Amino acid sequence: MSEFKFNEENEKKFEELLTRYPERASLSLPSLWMVQYQEGWISEDAMVYIAQKLDTTPMDIQSIASFYTMFNLKPIGKYHIQVCKTLSCKLCGSEAIRSHLQKQLGIKFGETTKDMKFTLSEVECLGSCGTAPVMSFNDDYIENLTIEKIDKILDES
Amino acid sequence: MIVKIVSKNFDIENSHKLEVALKHGRYASLEKLFSMSPNEVTEEVTKSGLRGKGGGGAATGDKWKLMPKKHEKPSYLVVNADESEPGTFKDRQIMEYDPHLLIEGIINSSYAIGAHHAYIYIRGEYVFWAKRVNEAIDEAYKAGYLGEKVSGFDYKLDVTLHRGGGAYICGEKSALLESLEGKRGHPRLKPQQKEPEWFFGGPTVVNNVETIASVPFIIKEGFEAYRAYGTDQSPGTMLFGMSGHINNPGIYELPFGTSMKQFIEEVGGGVKDGKKLKALIPGGSSCHVLRADEIDNITLDYESLKKHGSSLGTGGMIIMDEDTFMPEAMKNLFEFYHHESCGQCTPCREGCGWVDKILGKLLKGKGTQADYKTILDACEMLNGKTICVFAPSVAYIANSYLTKFKEEFDSLCKN
Repeated sequence: MSEFKFNEENEKKFEELLTRYPERASLSLPSLWMVQYQEGWISEDAMVYIAQKLDTTPMDIQSIASFYTMFNLKPIGKYHIQVCKTLSCKLCGSEAIRSHLQKQLGIKFGETTKDMKFTLSEVECLGSCGTAPVMSFNDDYIENLTIEKIDKILDES
Repeated sequence: MIVKIVSKNFDIENSHKLEVALKHGRYASLEKLFSMSPNEVTEEVTKSGLRGKGGGGAATGDKWKLMPKKHEKPSYLVVNADESEPGTFKDRQIMEYDPHLLIEGIINSSYAIGAHHAYIYIRGEYVFWAKRVNEAIDEAYKAGYLGEKVSGFDYKLDVTLHRGGGAYICGEKSALLESLEGKRGHPRLKPQQKEPEWFFGGPTVVNNVETIASVPFIIKEGFEAYRAYGTDQSPGTMLFGMSGHINNPGIYELPFGTSMKQFIEEVGGGVKDGKKLKALIPGGSSCHVLRADEIDNITLDYESLKKHGSSLGTGGMIIMDEDTFMPEAMKNLFEFYHHESCGQCTPCREGCGWVDKILGKLLKGKGTQADYKTILDACEMLNGKTICVFAPSVAYIANSYLTKFKEEFDSLCKN
């Protein structure tokens, strides 16, 4: 048995989603998303919970969760900054943006600040090439990035 | 040069809201749609010559015709909104500015193939766009454009949006379906014969967002109106993108057959900072790179790009100026492919990584004369030995960089 449980809203959403797919196995990704929005990350305990809900094994859920890069399998900072490093962004100056972010936050890519406020990641193409360079700040895209824009966001957070 | 078929409502304020969308022609195809039989709809789309706009360019009508007339399990339409090919950012424009066009297209297409449930598989990073499409779906349900009786006609349709988790490979249709079935996004083996895709054993069509969004125009105005644009073999229009070293990056709808050079100069405003063009990738990073001296006679259609040794792909062009060092550009893309290989097949999982590593060694100034050939050998190992086309396309594009800019690689392989 797991100690994790969906909150009321997610439980309702889960039941609703069950009616939208021919088989409950389809609910693995939606369930992982619900856990991540509820807790900020996906613990092994939560995977056991999802496995029970979907009539499968925790191992199965772990194998799925670890395949998709957007699922955080350990706690991350309050703000997750993900900077695009692929070609169009690179051509439009993402490298200066990347080093500025590392300098300002005092951490390297893949790390979290000690106060658990910021996690910095570099990611592959975010699909925002026409407004490069780009990063995502939690769920929002910040496009046409400049050093000034970054400083402003970090100041306000 | 620019035309407005799919992008007609993009500049209208609040065009994503049903109220505004209705004033600008959305759902106007439905009356005519339901006066036709599903076969007639498929026939109309076949005659229009509509081709898939997700990169492959397969004929949409032919794909629909693969659906069995009778099957014990229900049929499905799956819309591929897992837009993640570097250089491609067109589908998000449709979802942002005209999500009701997408829903209208889904109604048209689902009716044609006999599906009563459609899924939109959207890449996980597109949170804003997922919300926007979901809001549009809710509006459409409330207004009766989705649900038990679509627009009052005797046809039931549900639409569900499904978010991915950040895996490029899920843009490959069979990997997408695996993912939609709740598994890892591993591509499936392809059958020998032509057949539809399968979602939990039910016959399924997977179409790209832009393809689906092109259907309402064809149904409402007729196939000839669509064929009035474009070329004989590539009829209609496409949302072409420009990014990288270009003055006016963005998405522009053009008829197929438009001159590439004219597009770059007149619409794109030429290369940034008055520099010279060195190279460009025509349609997403998985197309052969083209040197500036190769593009003079190219027109933007499947046949012309193929004739010039590349492909049209998704139409998302990446422009590189004279100062771009091509081995660096190639290394950047190989970091992408290394990261995004799904890992199912050993040649791909290992090969992409090895090429990435060797390029890294070259760029650190440690390249030897043997390295150039080692990369070519690694590419040979990538080609034709895997389940999906990821590895072969990686091998092809590597070859295009290595041969077209050989002197730049040679300058790094001196030790």
